[in-house]
Amino acid sequence: HLATSLPLPSERDHLRPSIDLVVFMIDIKSKYSLKNVETSLAHVDASFFLGKVCFLVTGVGRVNACSIETNAVCKLGEAYCSPVLFCELELEGTRIATAQRLVRMLRICAGHIPGVSALSFVSLMRKSDDD
Amino acid sequence: EKADPQKTAFLLRKAWTLYSVTPLYRFRRARLRDYARLLGAFIAAEKQKGLAVEVGVELDIKVALSSLADLRGSELDQAALLVQLSSRSKASSRSSEDKLVWSGWFCSVFGDDLSENVPEQFTCLPLFLTHGAESYTSLVGSWFQKTFDCCFRRLAISPLNLSWMVAMWAGCKLDRAASAVELIFSVPRLSQPLDISYAIHPEDAKALWDTVQKTPGEITQEEVDVFMDCLYAHFHRHFKIHLSAAKLVKVSTAIASAHCDGIVKILHSQYLPGVLMLLTELAISQIQ
Repeated sequence: HLATSLPLPSERDHLRPSIDLVVFMIDIKSKYSLKNVETSLAHVDASFFLGKVCFLVTGVGRVNACSIETNAVCKLGEAYCSPVLFCELELEGTRIATAQRLVRMLRICAGHIPGVSALSFVSLMRKSDDD
Repeated sequence: EKADPQKTAFLLRKAWTLYSVTPLYRFRRARLRDYARLLGAFIAAEKQKGLAVEVGVELDIKVALSSLADLRGSELDQAALLVQLSSRSKASSRSSEDKLVWSGWFCSVFGDDLSENVPEQFTCLPLFLTHGAESYTSLVGSWFQKTFDCCFRRLAISPLNLSWMVAMWAGCKLDRAASAVELIFSVPRLSQPLDISYAIHPEDAKALWDTVQKTPGEITQEEVDVFMDCLYAHFHRHFKIHLSAAKLVKVSTAIASAHCDGIVKILHSQYLPGVLMLLTELAISQIQ
């Protein structure tokens, strides 16, 4: 399901299946997209931040078109205990690899992989901080 | 470091195309005349090969290389190097007929980040600025690359860096009436390209910056963000357009103007070192 911002319209609440993973997309060329994500984050229930949220930064292939500091996005990821993925949608290779990665994460969040839950993402993130 | 305004006057009010240059290997200041002669011969040879620059009139290109001792940040910087190509019509051999057709200069203003880490035989002049035909730029560039084993790359300026520039320059104090602070945005993904020009009265821009900046002489990313957000919010209030979703392509102030393709114009000699310091930093980060 694709949305330009949160909260989702309440009219369709009863028709919507349960949400397993929220991916916030930030376009490195648009400051507006970062602001939009920051405002939308406030509408996400706290329980999602136990591994069911991730940030996807797109457009990273063009360094010269940056309107956002990557540092700012990484800090956002740290603040919300959620992983930050970087990709370039215009390149087929990374696009496919990123999509596969997201699907793998989604399967874990939806409970399809026995023995691994969304909480694993949180502990993985903490490990890299301690290094 | 105050450069003699007379010597640096030629830098002002010209559109300079920017490049980053890796350190020059075995460059000797004492050999400037030799280098000028060699470069002149190289250009003449390339013209013979048919890679000629000027169509029509037969022109002799004379090369002059000089050092600009004052154009540097600190004693740790190398003095700037100026390359000038002048043409003299074959018909007349009087030197008063010489016409400047191309100029380029290498410089380093507080470029310690680069020069600290480089072996002795290398000369660090990471910023290269050119004015004149692109064909001459590529001739001069090829000769330097062959002779000193260095590498030139066009220096693009990202919207992030352009917003630093406009915040810094809009906040500068100027004695006389300044021109407007202008930001030009290009809107992506439209069938017809659309450019938005946002002009702000220079006093308003400076007043805004003064309320944002906490420590004089120091600028942080947060302060630049707040400054830009105020400008975006003001524009949105009036026109319901989110400039933050568009691409900032050019900024223009009374101090200087800069375009994302790596073209700058410096208008005020007082702030020349400051502007060059920022550009040197960008060139160094492109090299590293």
